[in-house]
Amino acid sequence: MIEVVRPGPLTTVQDLGRPGHAHLGVPCSGAADRPSLCLANRLVGNPEDAACLEMTFGGAVLRFHRSAWVAATGAPAPLRVNGRPAAMNAPCHVPAGTRLEVGVPEAGVRTYLAVRGGLAVDPVLGSRSTDLLSGLGPAPLTRGDRLPVGDAPGDAPILVDQAPVPPLPGEPVLRILPGPRDDWFAPDALRTLTAEPYEVTAESNRVGIRLAGRPLQRARDGELPSEGMVTGALQVPPNGLPIVFLTDHPTTGGYPVIAVLSSADLPTAAQLRPGQKVRFRL
Amino acid sequence: MRVRRAGDAAVLAEVEDLATAHRLHAAVRAAGFEGIVDVVPGERTVLVVTDPARCDLDRLRARLAALELPERPEGDAAPLEIPVRYDGEDVAEVAELTGLTAEEVVRRHASGDYVVAYLGFSPGFGYLTGLDPALHVPRRSTPRTSVPAGSVAIAGPYSAVYPSPSPGGWRLLGRTDVALWDLDRPSPALLRPGARVRFVPVEDAR
Repeated sequence: MIEVVRPGPLTTVQDLGRPGHAHLGVPCSGAADRPSLCLANRLVGNPEDAACLEMTFGGAVLRFHRSAWVAATGAPAPLRVNGRPAAMNAPCHVPAGTRLEVGVPEAGVRTYLAVRGGLAVDPVLGSRSTDLLSGLGPAPLTRGDRLPVGDAPGDAPILVDQAPVPPLPGEPVLRILPGPRDDWFAPDALRTLTAEPYEVTAESNRVGIRLAGRPLQRARDGELPSEGMVTGALQVPPNGLPIVFLTDHPTTGGYPVIAVLSSADLPTAAQLRPGQKVRFRL
Repeated sequence: MRVRRAGDAAVLAEVEDLATAHRLHAAVRAAGFEGIVDVVPGERTVLVVTDPARCDLDRLRARLAALELPERPEGDAAPLEIPVRYDGEDVAEVAELTGLTAEEVVRRHASGDYVVAYLGFSPGFGYLTGLDPALHVPRRSTPRTSVPAGSVAIAGPYSAVYPSPSPGGWRLLGRTDVALWDLDRPSPALLRPGARVRFVPVEDAR
């Protein structure tokens, strides 16, 4: 069992979400940066989809009432195990009674913490993820919460000392594919989108990244009949500033989507910090 | 049918109307193509989300175009009846906006044959088409911070029942005790795209 001494600004339980229910209005949810969650799980010998903690801007303090293997990935944050520094992207044994502190990441936003055996909170529609848009899954952590840990995954060995992980880019370039509604925009809108960097605003969250920069001009007025939305969609509301949909995005929407991020660049988008500049490339 | 790309993992099929979208939605589910993650109908579209490692999008586009659509995706299933106590906070306001009496607002809302166009906004929230055009009123300019679960409401061309308490700007006509969303049911959402719905006025909506 893990006791939450301090939850940090926003810490939630996440796995790979609940795909397959979008036609019922249920977002996929799950880890915003999926490869980081999967890596954290592999490092402690878990199946890749085991439930972990997703910490937004770190800041969490946890007490382990039983010994455990843990690994932190994603946004690189200073880790302290009973006051001693520990490494990111590496399995770490914590004896019973250990106090684990996760500091504020120096880059990126979301740090993942896997525990061997996975977090054994009750699943909802097949997933333990917290969906902040629809309120499904466990509530964000609060002080004093006690998180159950599942049984260790058989004999799965812990093999890696430290996984090599490239640093997060300072001014990332995200690849986009035009459409499905690029024809709703002025002919030069895609050029505008890709010409100058946009700035990530503080209104960004797991639903989407809100951007400041040059507005995109519409070629036609009126409302788009509501249609299904994908993760990574650049949805453009009437103010012309795109919102990049992340994992808790609404399943349908009525604003046109000018382009969609390349799937491979979604994890990079999920680590964008408010104030950071980002470029889009066709 | 026009099939648009929606990134490298999904396609958006555009059709002429809602009924065709429901038929295509049913056909895609029935076809059981490999690597499909989600099929999401909209008002005139069906979004098909894939796992790109298990599904080739170009092949999927060709297969979608070649699908034979069922005549009536919901078959001859009887409409779902939702008992409603028409004592909503906005009945008088809707009467004023439409120039109808409160009784006429209720009568017209309760005599509609509705179809679930699509779900969204929140889990189990269905956008119902078939609202009497005389009742098409805009949303409230200031949304309520909390609308109770079971609220029966209208906005624009749609009617809906709030499945869970949430903020909302729709005009409230009444209340039902039927659970639109219940995680203890094998299928938590009461409504499905394409399902038919009727509202039945009652004194006690149990």
